Order: sequence, then C-alpha cells, then structure tokens
Amino acid sequence: MDLLNLFIKSVFVDNMIFAYFLGMCSFLAVSKTVKTSMGLGIAVTFVLVVTVPVNYLLNTYILKEGAMAWISPKLAGIDLSFLSFILFIAIIASIVQILEMVVEKFAPALYASLGIFLPLIAVNCAILGASLFMQQRNFNSVGESTVYALGSGIGWLLAILGMAAIREHLKYSKIPAPLRGLGITFIIAGLMGMAFMGFMGIKL
Amino acid sequence: MKFNKEVLFKPLNRANPVTVLVLGICSSLAVTAQLKPALVMGISVVIVTAFSNLIVSFLRNGIPNRIRIIVQLVVVAALVIIVEQVLKAFAYEMWKSLSVFLGLIITNCILMGCLEAYALGNKPFDSFLDGIGNGMGYAIVLFIVGFFRELLGSGSLFGIKVIPKALYDAGYANNGLMILPPMALIIVACIIWVQRSINKELQEK
Repeated sequence: MDLLNLFIKSVFVDNMIFAYFLGMCSFLAVSKTVKTSMGLGIAVTFVLVVTVPVNYLLNTYILKEGAMAWISPKLAGIDLSFLSFILFIAIIASIVQILEMVVEKFAPALYASLGIFLPLIAVNCAILGASLFMQQRNFNSVGESTVYALGSGIGWLLAILGMAAIREHLKYSKIPAPLRGLGITFIIAGLMGMAFMGFMGIKL
Repeated sequence: MKFNKEVLFKPLNRANPVTVLVLGICSSLAVTAQLKPALVMGISVVIVTAFSNLIVSFLRNGIPNRIRIIVQLVVVAALVIIVEQVLKAFAYEMWKSLSVFLGLIITNCILMGCLEAYALGNKPFDSFLDGIGNGMGYAIVLFIVGFFRELLGSGSLFGIKVIPKALYDAGYANNGLMILPPMALIIVACIIWVQRSINKELQEK
C-alpha cells in the first residue's frame, strides 16, 4: 500500500515539472507536437527507472556515511557523500550510453522512434534531480526507489503530453506578437502548474 | 589579450540564455521565491560557467570528440562540488534552502550550451568572458523574478520588510500566490513580453 501511495504522490503531488521545475528545458523545447513528446516522455521514464535504483545501490553501499562497513569494519567511518554529484552524473551518462547501444541492437523500431532523444537525456535535469531527491529522502529499498522513479517519469510524461496537446491547438489562436512562441508557453506552463497545485493538499 | 566587450555583454540582453535561448530554466525557478537564495544561486552559476568555460577551453585541443560530453560533465561536476562544499562550510542555512538545486547546476543547459557552442572553439580568455556573460544573463533574470516574487509575495526584500505597516492597515494583503511555483513561470513570461516588445527582432512568427 505504501508503494502505491508513493507512486501516486510522485505522479501528481510531487510532479517533476510543476512542483520542482525539473526537465523544463526539454519540456519547453520538445513539446511542439504530441508524437515527439510521447517519444521523449517514454525515453525519460525508461532512463529514470534504470538509473535511480542503480544510484540508490551506489548511495547505500558506497557513498553514505558508514556505508562501506560491509567491506571491512575499518571503512565504517568514511563519508563519501560529497562525491555523489560527480558519480551520479557519471553513472547516468554511462547508462544512457549503454542503453542507447542495447536499444539500437535489440529494438531497432524503438530506437528509431526515440532517435536523438536518448543521448540528450543524459543532461536532463529530471534524471539527476530524481537521483538527488532519492538521496535526500532516504528511501529504504530498491523497490521504493524504483517506484518513485516510475512515478516521476509518468508524471513528466503526463505533463509534456498535456503541454503538447495545448500547443497544437495554439496554432489557431491570436496571440500578441511579443508573447508568441516562448512567452505564451511559459504562461500555459504556469497555468497548468496552478491546476496541478490542486493535488498539493492531498495527504496519502 | 584583447578585451572583447561584445562577448561579455551580448548575453545580458539580446542573447539572454533564459529568455531568448531557453536554456537553464530547469534548476532556476524553484529558488526564486525569495531574493537571497536567487542571488546566491545566480552567483554560483556565474562562477561555475566562467571557470568551466576556462578549463574546457584550455583542454579543447586534447579532448577526443567522442567522449567530450562526459569530460565536460566531469569538469562541471567538480566545480559544482567545490561551490557546494564552500557554501556548506560558510553558509549552512543557505546550503540547506537550496538543497538539490545546487547539484542541479551540473545539468543546467546554459553550461552545456556555453561549453559546446563557445569554449570548444575559442581561446581561454574569450571563453572566460563568455562564461561570465552568460552566467550574468541568467543571474539577472533570477534577480528580477526573485525581486517581484518576494516583494509581492512576502512584502519584503532580502528578508527585510519594505512595505509600510500603514499600507497593511489600509487593507493591502500579501499575494500568497506569488510564493507558489507557477507564478515564477508567469513572471518569466512577463519579462519575455517586455523584452520582446522592446527588441522587435526577437519576436517569433
């Protein structure tokens, strides 16, 4: 039951885009059509589900204070958490690289549809952000961190799909010239954020 | 060594990384509910962009093209760790309130944008100026957003009350909505609106 709560919370209440502004750059740049947004959203979810549990293991067994006690009791006093940024990003970049090769080899159709999005994801803030939140919130198991990653990914997917659907309709509306393009997109994102804030008070 | 003004000042307005190039929105807006964290975040980004540009520009002839992204990420991550540890040691409260967003400077697209587009092809000193310019362009937007959000949302600037009590007695109330995340986006939209009304060539069709 707790896992279900966590899932719903990470999809709606702690939505990556509307509550923390993570992955905003690609959210604004790629949300022009529903089809590409879908591809990017799936790629983000996929990478999140793979990287967050790996970083969780890294954090619990190597980086945290006293985490290396399982190697030998002498190492129990070492705290490597200051290295977490550099190791998390290195893991993310290499997993994205490996994923790209694996997907290209075994699922060419998926590879063709994800296309350029896969390599770009290494520098998507939502991915690193999820790993850092995982570290900050002290999840207790691989399961919890996987569910959190899945929820965040789906939340991101929902947000970018909604945005793309609205932007497709925007083509037919009259917008003041200085606001066209970027400006109106920001305003829409703000309004969608307000709508998502309705979930904020929910206690699960 | 020639001082290239264009490189330093262009990112402040015409090629502003946030409002024109849409880079680096990710880690920025969540810290602008108050002015102080916005300022600290802005300064941190200026330092990281300037020095990562400098270092990558020194390394540019030695980095193999295929692994350049990982090399850049490592340089940036090392700099961010330095900034983070300094803040943690000397400004603990600030470090706490910025939380994960400091770490997210690593994936700030402004950095990758500067490194890929400028530092890899230009001399160290010019790249250093480009880094400062882009960092400042980002910091200015953060500062403006932080200014309005704190003034209208909490009636204070840098934590000091600036709206007189008489105004509250007359029925003025702080706008709680300004503190919440969505308003940051709408204020950025307003900045874009003003900027593009002045610089007509930036308008999209």
